[in-house]
Amino acid sequence: MTRGWLPAGILLGWALIALGVQFLSLSPNQIHLEQILAPPGHGALLGFDDLGRHIGDRLLFGARTSFLVAAWVVCLSALLGTLIGTFSAWRGGWWDRLLVQLIDIFLAFPGILLAIALAGLLGPGIDNVVIALTVVGWVGYARLSRAQVLSLKHREHVMAAEALGSRKHVIMLRHLLPLMAAPLIIEATFGVAAVVIAEAGLSFLGLGVQPPAASWGAMIRDGTRYLLVAPHMVLAPGLAIFVVVLSVNLLGDRLRDRLDTRSLAGRRATS
Amino acid sequence: MPSYLIQRIGGAVIVVIGVVSIVFLLIHLIPGDPVDVMLGEGATPADRVALRSSLGLDQPVAVQFAVYLEGLLQLELGTSFHSQRPVTDLLRERLPATAWLAIVSLLIAVALALPLGMLAAVRRDTRWDTGSMAFSMLGVSIPNFWLGPLLILVFSLWLGWFPVSGRDAAGAVVLPALTLGTGLAAILSRMVRSSLLEVLGEDYIRTARAKGLPPHRILLQHGLRNALLPVITLLGLQLGALLAGAVVTETVFSWPGIGLLTIEAIQTRDYPVVQACVLLISLTYVLVNLLTDLAYAWIDPRIRLGTTA
Repeated sequence: MTRGWLPAGILLGWALIALGVQFLSLSPNQIHLEQILAPPGHGALLGFDDLGRHIGDRLLFGARTSFLVAAWVVCLSALLGTLIGTFSAWRGGWWDRLLVQLIDIFLAFPGILLAIALAGLLGPGIDNVVIALTVVGWVGYARLSRAQVLSLKHREHVMAAEALGSRKHVIMLRHLLPLMAAPLIIEATFGVAAVVIAEAGLSFLGLGVQPPAASWGAMIRDGTRYLLVAPHMVLAPGLAIFVVVLSVNLLGDRLRDRLDTRSLAGRRATS
Repeated sequence: MPSYLIQRIGGAVIVVIGVVSIVFLLIHLIPGDPVDVMLGEGATPADRVALRSSLGLDQPVAVQFAVYLEGLLQLELGTSFHSQRPVTDLLRERLPATAWLAIVSLLIAVALALPLGMLAAVRRDTRWDTGSMAFSMLGVSIPNFWLGPLLILVFSLWLGWFPVSGRDAAGAVVLPALTLGTGLAAILSRMVRSSLLEVLGEDYIRTARAKGLPPHRILLQHGLRNALLPVITLLGLQLGALLAGAVVTETVFSWPGIGLLTIEAIQTRDYPVVQACVLLISLTYVLVNLLTDLAYAWIDPRIRLGTTA
């Protein structure tokens, strides 16, 4: 099948741009007063924004913001959530009940509402965005890894390892984690899409990175004020988010089919 | 049933207590002193002390929490720093707009998702199926804060059919509701498809076919009715995403609801209002999920009699 190559290629390009953009000679913050709101074509592929800055250059730096936030948030939440979920299921009893209750309480905050409130109260800035989204994000991984460990810990190979006196972290890393990896990787893949939208959403609301740093969400926010005269300000960054998120979702779907785990979409409904 | 009822409601009460505690603690997470933030740098020490004691911030946290809980039980959520009005009044003013937006979005989502999902399931592996699922994929991937401006651009600015923002003009609800409903429709249509495909493979569908029932009756009465159960649960769960999405969508369209109030309050550092909005949205979500679960248990005896553990 060749269909998976396009999304994978787009995501690879996103990562390369994100990591390499500061080595290019771009000027995302340079102001060209005579070019304010100029449409695409006049010396810039994507035109200029309301301050006369290159939208194309800002788009590439926005890719960096979005990639870095996604990478940090997904890694931190996956690590934190997996640790908590595994611990909860392995210890069982009182700890498990407490942590499950905590997970349920965090799930009671719909979507990114808690992240909006946290980012709003902590104040703007990329660090606070990462903190706010991680506080919201760990729950899914904790739930998933708890369910996995619960079903895995009575498998024979785990009991055999215990009987042989293997230490806990060895059992965890060598006997549990490899079997938990597939669903966690799928969750993390869809997690990237969620975080990209969430970061852009927070920036759109004015709670993300601060000017003059570029973020796709903030670019859309600036653009909405000039919709009639300069629609290109909104179109370019929106399309960038859309293409990245679509690629992640397509890839996630394929990964899910490939790794053949039960549908994650119905997970919350069934457990 | 009674034991399931007690167990489920008991669980919800604990969650509510947890949510209230977290919302209360939010204000204590703010770096620095909220009083400094509110008064600015030029305030005299006397002003600070006065404000701190009027807000109760000079009390121990446990005492503050008790006062907060007592207020909540009397539906007393404090006074807005910004407008100096009771927070309950502000919420009461804004609530109808959000409720209206949510209801219309929900209707749009269901009206889109049912036909799409059914079409995809009935015409499985045809172009119809691929097309419906492609729509669903696009709908999941497009963010509210981009779809909203796009709709404004096309339907308000170019075609002039609907107003750009606000809720006073006729038809003002259409674009925000469409923005908010599309994502939900995308998720729901996938669920309708997979659930219906599962049901259509059941023996009783074959029996219905064998006894010569007309296809539309099989689909609607035997198929869809049984396929809707998981869809309803998902609808309850997704209502949360709808409410959180309302914060963004209301901002895009300057729709004067709870979501816009939240953002305005964050911008003016109006902490009691932020707390109250987050609390209201979250508790609505908890309540809706509780009701969904109970309705589900009422409809489907397997839930309440079988393995509830």
